[in-house]
Amino acid sequence: MMQIETHYPGANASVAPPRDRSHRLIAQDLHKTFVLHNQGGIRLPVLAGISLSVKPGECVALAGISGSGKSTFLRSLYGNYRIDQGAIWLLHNNQWVNLPQLVPHELIEVRKTTIGYVSQFLRVIPRVPALTIAAEPLMELGQSQAEAEAVIKSLFEQLNLPARLWDLSPTTFSGGEKQRINIARAFSVNYPILLLDEPTASLDATNREVVIKLIEDRKSQGCALIGIFHDDEVRSRVCNRILTFTPLSHA
Amino acid sequence: MTPPLDKIDIPAKGKPSPEPGFNFAYLDEQTKRSIRRALLKAVAIPGHQIPFGSREMPMSYGWGTGGIQVTASVIGQNDVLKVIDQGADDTTNAVNIRRFFKRVCQVETTESTAKATLIQTRHRIPETPLQQGQIMVYQVPIPEPLRWIEPSEVETRKMHALEEYGPMYVKLYEDITHFGHIATAYDYPVMVNDRYMMRPSPIPRFDNPKLDMSPALQLFGAGREKRIYAIPPYTKVKSLDFADHPFSVESWDKACEFCGATDSYLDEVVIDNDGGRMWICSDTDYCSRRQSEGEDGTTLND
Amino acid sequence: MEPLLTIDQLSKTYGRIRACDRISFALYPGQVLGIIGESGSGKTTLLRAIAGAIALDSGQLFYRRQMGDVLSLTQLSEPRRRILMRSEWGFVRQNPRDGLRMNVTAGANIGERLMDIGQRHYGNIRTEAAQWLAQVEIGEERMDQLPIHFSGGMQQRLQLARVLVTKPRLVLMDEPTGGLDVSVQARLLDLMRSLVRRFQLSVVLVTHDIGVVRLLAHRLMVMQNGQVIEAGLTDQVLDDPHHPYTQQLVSATLTP
Repeated sequence: MMQIETHYPGANASVAPPRDRSHRLIAQDLHKTFVLHNQGGIRLPVLAGISLSVKPGECVALAGISGSGKSTFLRSLYGNYRIDQGAIWLLHNNQWVNLPQLVPHELIEVRKTTIGYVSQFLRVIPRVPALTIAAEPLMELGQSQAEAEAVIKSLFEQLNLPARLWDLSPTTFSGGEKQRINIARAFSVNYPILLLDEPTASLDATNREVVIKLIEDRKSQGCALIGIFHDDEVRSRVCNRILTFTPLSHA
Repeated sequence: MTPPLDKIDIPAKGKPSPEPGFNFAYLDEQTKRSIRRALLKAVAIPGHQIPFGSREMPMSYGWGTGGIQVTASVIGQNDVLKVIDQGADDTTNAVNIRRFFKRVCQVETTESTAKATLIQTRHRIPETPLQQGQIMVYQVPIPEPLRWIEPSEVETRKMHALEEYGPMYVKLYEDITHFGHIATAYDYPVMVNDRYMMRPSPIPRFDNPKLDMSPALQLFGAGREKRIYAIPPYTKVKSLDFADHPFSVESWDKACEFCGATDSYLDEVVIDNDGGRMWICSDTDYCSRRQSEGEDGTTLND
Repeated sequence: MEPLLTIDQLSKTYGRIRACDRISFALYPGQVLGIIGESGSGKTTLLRAIAGAIALDSGQLFYRRQMGDVLSLTQLSEPRRRILMRSEWGFVRQNPRDGLRMNVTAGANIGERLMDIGQRHYGNIRTEAAQWLAQVEIGEERMDQLPIHFSGGMQQRLQLARVLVTKPRLVLMDEPTGGLDVSVQARLLDLMRSLVRRFQLSVVLVTHDIGVVRLLAHRLMVMQNGQVIEAGLTDQVLDDPHHPYTQQLVSATLTP
């Protein structure tokens, strides 16, 4: 009936959805260039024609040196960065949706149920206890606070997060503690697709093992995972394949 | 429901005033006519405030200029006028207004509620029930019930138009919160004909029930605020309240020390320098009539 | 899911100034839409236009009522609009003095909207007012005090209670955290977050504070000179700003 905000000016609306249902995620020909208007309009091309398809139960590692675009790619898959060109097909409620084409409330819905993201850093909300922050995704899905917190408590226990921290705001927590809250938050929901941005970076050996176990569990449940792992051991243990990025020369 | 024809008093038209140099009832005929038009409108929309061109009167605002203009506009030569102030016929204000109309209309005046056809009042409704055919004229200082919460006239008019009367209940809520009961004692707001919220002028809450379904025509005039409103005979008038704090009137555990009445509004009067007090009827006509009928309160309170 | 509020090509000019230039968006139930921009960008005009406080030059506004029918707000009579504002809508003002009655008690401030919609039972009104004081973390012993004696943050929380007591579906907020200390802001923001979720509120939130939208808003519109120059999910706009103005805005802000 009318035009509501255009989010991806360059996204191509005419792409037909894939036919096959053997994949969970199909990224086709992604392009992304950052334009820094306040620094003389510098153009930084980061992605130029990247494609990736992931099946259920697969874990794909994104590799490459710093600045090669793997983090941009991962964020693009979540819709956090808006690509200039290409298609990101996600199997959402058994139907293919093209992420760059979604209007905001559809993308919110897809993020609620279909695609999860473990970021490196926890966005701390002042005054809100760790337990509540981690329980938010489940509560968004309509679970009661008690139900959601029960799930989180069990994850916190697995991740050896001391119970005395649960009811505190994580503002003053260490990096490792914050990361475990983040992991509990993302692993509490059974997302069919899960994106991991260095999930073990600040964890000790014990907790790293716990995360590896969590990832393995997800894989066996048919989750499609894509991650950046700086820890070679973790990567080799959980990943089925590797997509390697190389930096683009800045034209 | 209409009064018998012989009771309807058609105001004299252009009749020379008994007081040389003045028109009958002081106001000129054009002014009276414009006020009557406002009154007709007011009667047609019970409780709704009608603006009118209030005139300068030979007395200051606050002395009942609104009521006097209304009285002047409806009074006829055959009317019998009663004027009361706080229930009394013999206070300065009442005496002055009565004398004023006597001079400019040469109408008959009375202190008897039953004999009067037209009663101008400040702050009371007589205890003697009003009759069909009688007209009550109330002197109104502030006509707008919502003024305390909304200073803008544009806004209060809108609130009336849309029946947004919630804020008025805030006042009652505050009363109960502070005093445990609705403490508004005078000028207690009412809903007229289930539609308009109205200030009944500063009559005691005690008199509010007399407004309801009264056989008399009740007219309200605010001179300074230039507003007229009315309650036609036999109109529903309901005092605001809460379901769990219903409206109630004042009551006394005493009787009038003159006439022994226990059903009338009592004034507390200081009678000497030693703090001696007595309780007497505020309605002097009612009290003296009872006394002349042989009622005596002196033994009752002992 | 059907949108709760749909704005289509809304325009408003003041003389030669285009305060709002063809603004369109659809707000869905449970969503918080942040509108950021500097003073004079048109964001407050837009909010006032949605509230019906100013007349539009052109454009349409549609609101889906609780009962499911869709009202065209530009064609709605003033009485019906005012009823809507009292029942299904709420407006939270920047200055609590504009949104509260400072000379009546906290309980009456909350109770007023209940009395507006016809509640006439003192005891019930008080019970509900007490519940709402608890919701906004104000002690029940404050119920019979005047808001004049409250701190700024407490006044703003009281305003929230006053607005939310009738369970509005759409709440318009104009800089609700402006003028508050940072620590007080944080508490208010956290409270607003939980209230939004608990009551599935849809909110249009006007602010110039990126930290506020980061925490509260699901979606974001950036306005400049009366136009929406960028829109998207909050994290998209703030993490990957495209427009020069948005980039400037984001880079000038300390990461909240």
